[in-house]
Amino acid sequence: MKHTKELAVSIVEAAMKKGATAAEVIIYESNEFSAGVRLGQVETLKDSANQDLGLRVIWEGRQATVSTSDFTKDAIAQLVDDAVELARATSVDDRLSLPEQSEFARDWPELDLYDRESANLSTDKKLALALEAEEAARSFDQRIVNFDGSSFDSVSGGTILANSLGFVGFYQGTHCSVSTVPIAQEDGKMQRDYWFDTKRKVKDLENATSIGRKAAERTIRRLGAKKIKTQQVPVVFDPVTATSLLSNIFQAVSGDSIIRKSSFLLGKLEEVIASQNLTVVDDGRIPGAVGSRPFDGEGLPTRRNVVIEKGRFKTYLLNSYTARKLGMKSTGNAVRGISSAPSVGSTNLYVEPGSFSPEEIIRSVKNGFYLTDLIGFGVNIVTGDYSRGASGIWIENGELTYPVEEVTIAGNLKDMLKAIEMVGSDLEFRARSASPTIKIGSMTVSGE
Amino acid sequence: MKQGAVDFFLSRFNITLEEIGRLLGVALSKGGDFADLYFEYRINNSINLEEQLVKSATKSISQGVGVRVNSGDKTGYAYTDEISFDSIKHAALTAAYISQAQKEVGPVSVSRHSNKHNLYSVEESVSDLPVARKIELVREADSLARSFDKRIREVQSSFHDEYKVVMIANSEGLLVGDIQPLTRFNVACIADEDGNLQMGRAGGGGRSGIELFLKEVTSQSLAEEAARQAIINLEAVDAPAGMMAVVLGSGWPGILLHEAVGHGLEADFNRKQTSAFANLIGQRVASELCTVVDDGTIPGRRGSLNIDDEGNGTTQTVLIEKGILRGYINDRLNAQLLGVDKTGNGRRESYQHMPMPRMTNTFMLAGPESPEDIIKSVKRGLYAVQFGGGQVDITSGKFVFTTSEAYLIEDGKITAPVRNATLIGNGPDALTKVTAVGNDLALDKGIGLCGKDGQSVPVGVGMPTIKISEMTVGGTN
Repeated sequence: MKHTKELAVSIVEAAMKKGATAAEVIIYESNEFSAGVRLGQVETLKDSANQDLGLRVIWEGRQATVSTSDFTKDAIAQLVDDAVELARATSVDDRLSLPEQSEFARDWPELDLYDRESANLSTDKKLALALEAEEAARSFDQRIVNFDGSSFDSVSGGTILANSLGFVGFYQGTHCSVSTVPIAQEDGKMQRDYWFDTKRKVKDLENATSIGRKAAERTIRRLGAKKIKTQQVPVVFDPVTATSLLSNIFQAVSGDSIIRKSSFLLGKLEEVIASQNLTVVDDGRIPGAVGSRPFDGEGLPTRRNVVIEKGRFKTYLLNSYTARKLGMKSTGNAVRGISSAPSVGSTNLYVEPGSFSPEEIIRSVKNGFYLTDLIGFGVNIVTGDYSRGASGIWIENGELTYPVEEVTIAGNLKDMLKAIEMVGSDLEFRARSASPTIKIGSMTVSGE
Repeated sequence: MKQGAVDFFLSRFNITLEEIGRLLGVALSKGGDFADLYFEYRINNSINLEEQLVKSATKSISQGVGVRVNSGDKTGYAYTDEISFDSIKHAALTAAYISQAQKEVGPVSVSRHSNKHNLYSVEESVSDLPVARKIELVREADSLARSFDKRIREVQSSFHDEYKVVMIANSEGLLVGDIQPLTRFNVACIADEDGNLQMGRAGGGGRSGIELFLKEVTSQSLAEEAARQAIINLEAVDAPAGMMAVVLGSGWPGILLHEAVGHGLEADFNRKQTSAFANLIGQRVASELCTVVDDGTIPGRRGSLNIDDEGNGTTQTVLIEKGILRGYINDRLNAQLLGVDKTGNGRRESYQHMPMPRMTNTFMLAGPESPEDIIKSVKRGLYAVQFGGGQVDITSGKFVFTTSEAYLIEDGKITAPVRNATLIGNGPDALTKVTAVGNDLALDKGIGLCGKDGQSVPVGVGMPTIKISEMTVGGTN
């Protein structure tokens, strides 16, 4: 890190000297690298260092947040002045304050978030991984004729958080990912799909050849896709599409949605909102996991929260503001953007695996839809109305048959969660959120 | 007169034309055949009102320089958030490595060029206004929305403004700058009737001053629109499922064009042959009623720019003329590789991102029919007037967009409002099913944000009322 905890503390002090009631500083630094390859050649290389400074001040119950990427003395002095002045213009909100002194993280376990090897990997090695994924996909099947691109991306960064109640925390982390997007062609029609992996350590990544093969397999099986008749059928979400369903659940349980009355799960705490097959956990302390962090965006310890337990809604995910609004305690899910007040975010959010293999789940369906891709934004978290563009493979008599595209699947999340009939055993983390295969008893598939 | 963009950078960061020329020389020192420097200084302000409280005010300042080096079809990119000769030189050396040759390149000689357009109609800059003026607007919207109907329970209103100064220098000697204002005013309402919660949203803005919000996009118009939508949705019935005739209202439903054809016509995808529209120039991709343009030169619009983020003047580009595919949306690199003219569509989110072909304002020209006659011509179908977002798979051509306000059409009459439903179609043939085009062309109010490869840029869309003879509607009924 170029900048220090002392700098953060000195900015907190400067804000207090200007009359702030409370102040909080975040400094984020990162090195970002991205290599794109296509058809065996390097297409793009990007390599840069990044720094940002955010200051939140509370002045007599009023709040403002300011940020800058300019760390010169004058710019920082101006930032402090701007923050205090801006706060005076906002409204008094009596729920507004830093967390209680007793709530802050004091010490934390080693979470294994930083990997020196990943931070220092040579450009050649990074390019080699992207090229290997592409080559594996290309040689998988001769119908793989083109690529939208393959890439290796990595970030190595550090976060400092300090506030006027004396909390000062720092952690570093690395992430890296390999992905490839093959294009297959047959009878003049093209299809694309992708596969990827993201880990904190390059040595934990799925091997690039296997990523390439899976990408090719996912792409090839879309060739010859057709539209089907409109009907009500069971829908099996593969792990990718099930993870997107999980992100819809997150939005509905987030304190930000709850305090705005913008969730179909409002007021449903302790009620059964899903089938007993569904357990959803958010755990910020899994060693080495991509979404882990020792403390949240307000300095509170992260932890394991069981959000939905066997269908019963156990807790909202909260930061200290949303918790105070609801008369509850923070769950350690504050996320501090550089230029905005803390919001609520997930850490490592996942669906607990069940006992069925994906094959068993598919075999249980006589006539239904195995979903492999969803597009669009047709999820209304306020009402639960769900309607998205879909593609996948039709299931007949327990077997995957022909690919399907240009259809939608629709229902309401309230009903969909209760209709989860089976949960797979195939949980794998490729990003911060993960889900095994999930079967929903009935949804409307709209096509011809 | 106010200081221009180029002088702003030269004086604030104490850098000379000669130094810029030397930096471009460094960028080309490994054998690259083109390089540019993108200087950016940006201030973003926002005010958010919820529960009748101004809960937050933010101000962020972001500055930096992006260095790009092209070598054939390859791109090297690096950026720095420190605007100084040494930091930019370091970035230039990093970006230079995309090319592996060694060559002696002297400094480039850059000279000032003026902009072709002067499109931002700002009487009174929003970013210079006291915060209190903006707070007045969001407060007004809150109370107007609440007084619209007692079932309106929650109102969120926010005001955002951006002041962005850019300067672009390239190895062909170009040096240009632009000061780009951008504003946006949003209102969202939640209506509650016995636990039935529904949301309505409205927003607007542009490259404008505060006057836009006093005349056209007023707090009253936004508040009423958001509240009206939320109240209407209280009555919504299940949306229909299956193929049917769809009538799209004018304005923001033009998101159809953005998803169905716009992205698929971006030149990078066509050069790489990854778009469902590749090799279709000169062929029919829409009914002869359809003429679609991308136009970055409309004064004051959210998608408009005097110069794109490569320093080239924006243009009006005919994409589809009477149903025939005529052209692509180009940036410098792709125009050069394809051997066609640049269209001034090289855009980027910030100095941290490399430019690529992006839309500006994409719309369909008006036709002859009255919107009323178009609706009357439909026996059973969907009339959709407001949408949330959309998305496209440019390779298969499949695209979606989701209604936020739509109605059934029964026997030529608009009847019950329906719940949100996603419409899905196939880009290269969706517009061939356009069987009527209205005379009521309207552009959207200035709310579009387009995402591609992780980069977001503001865009506009527009359309007259149109009828699509059949399209799949993703309801449940």
